[in-house]
Amino acid sequence: MGENFEPKIVVFACNWCSYAGMDLAGTSRIQYPHNLKVIRLMCSGRINPVYILEAFANGADGVLVTGCHPGDCHYISGNYKTRKRVMLLERLLEQFGIEKGRLRLEWVSASEGEKFANIAKEFVEQIRKLGPNRIAEELRKEVAVV
Amino acid sequence: MTKPMLAIIPGANCAGCDYSLLDLGEKAVEVLMAVNIAYWPTAADLKLEDLEKLPDGSIDIVLFEGAVNNDETEEVAKLARKKAKNLIAFGACACFGGIPGLANVASKDSILQKAYVKTLSTVNQQGTIPHKLTRLADEELTIPEFLETVKSLGQVVNVDYYLPGCPPPLKLVAEALAAALSGKLPPKGTVFGSMKSVCDECKRVRENKRIMEIKRYHQFIPDPERCLLEQSIICMGPATRGGCDAVCPTMSVPCRGCMGPTPESQDQGARMLSALSSVVGLEVETGVNDEEVRKIIAQVKDPLGTFYRYGLPKSIMRRAWGVRE
Repeated sequence: MGENFEPKIVVFACNWCSYAGMDLAGTSRIQYPHNLKVIRLMCSGRINPVYILEAFANGADGVLVTGCHPGDCHYISGNYKTRKRVMLLERLLEQFGIEKGRLRLEWVSASEGEKFANIAKEFVEQIRKLGPNRIAEELRKEVAVV
Repeated sequence: MTKPMLAIIPGANCAGCDYSLLDLGEKAVEVLMAVNIAYWPTAADLKLEDLEKLPDGSIDIVLFEGAVNNDETEEVAKLARKKAKNLIAFGACACFGGIPGLANVASKDSILQKAYVKTLSTVNQQGTIPHKLTRLADEELTIPEFLETVKSLGQVVNVDYYLPGCPPPLKLVAEALAAALSGKLPPKGTVFGSMKSVCDECKRVRENKRIMEIKRYHQFIPDPERCLLEQSIICMGPATRGGCDAVCPTMSVPCRGCMGPTPESQDQGARMLSALSSVVGLEVETGVNDEEVRKIIAQVKDPLGTFYRYGLPKSIMRRAWGVRE
């Protein structure tokens, strides 16, 4: 792997801040890595932990969860819920054998296109260092045995 | 009219499910009078050969207890499927992997090392661990070989019905047996149990209070009227299928999740994680920094063992994946 490894990263973005922030990065012609697969949801609080587990089980090398800054949630408390879920999930994933750096939570507002691009670059590099997530492959083997 | 055939086949189980049959009391006698026992090693003197001799698909009701954790139970599970007209996964272990499924947090090697070599009370200087085949002077001895990953029955063969619980609640056992004996079984794939969560059946009062810390059950005596989760104890009720009449919370014991995930959720642990995050901390945490939140979250001592106590093999991740080279 090494040189040729291109991380597959799933990004969950809330409709009101983070997705708009990513859009701004695009309209401002700021470049960021193409490894991100963005999934838009109405709120970061909508992110069911199942989505993140499924992402890892299906071959995502990293998952980036983005939402409005604390205090800015369109639905008042969605991002606070997400923060707690992600923190708990980080510990659970570690027990499942998924390294800590593979799940990340970031606050991105609608005006932070550049910040988003920087986070994206940094996260892709971090995942590149961690290497591929082998769980999906192993899981497939496991299922194939059955 | 010939009596229907019944077989009760153990996998990796503790025979606790057999007790739930005996707990039927006089009804158990009725059931046993109404059937011919084809195989039930816990109670009847019939051998596996007797089961093998029966024609395929001839046993009307097969209750399979326990998880599949070695090559023998895997073979027996396949045999059970072959001989069964209706195969029922009986108990939490057969349905989701149950307590034996927690073996999936470690590798096969480390489990064998721990069990046979490393425990303090073990004297095993040669470090002998069980092997499938042992050669003595002029004979070969074989024992079943432990699988790398423990599985639920449904991950080995097709299962017709699920009857979860540890042990399965009497009401559901009676219901399932009555349905099977009268030939009025529900559509295949049905899980005997409620379509709602344990919370739905629990009589404790919820006040929508938030919790700022997580306590263990031995640390205090909870209020008998109020919701346990709102009293800082992790109770799996919100993520667990009902049907047990919430017996544990009623007796002031937090739900541990033996009825498995609620019908609409794919992963019991993820559901519980979500539910817990919604109760912990403040609704609006303006000005609360990450460290403060992390401190509360850190009080959940063992997320995997708590949230997946009965369902690890059937969860999305199935097992803990060790460091790979």
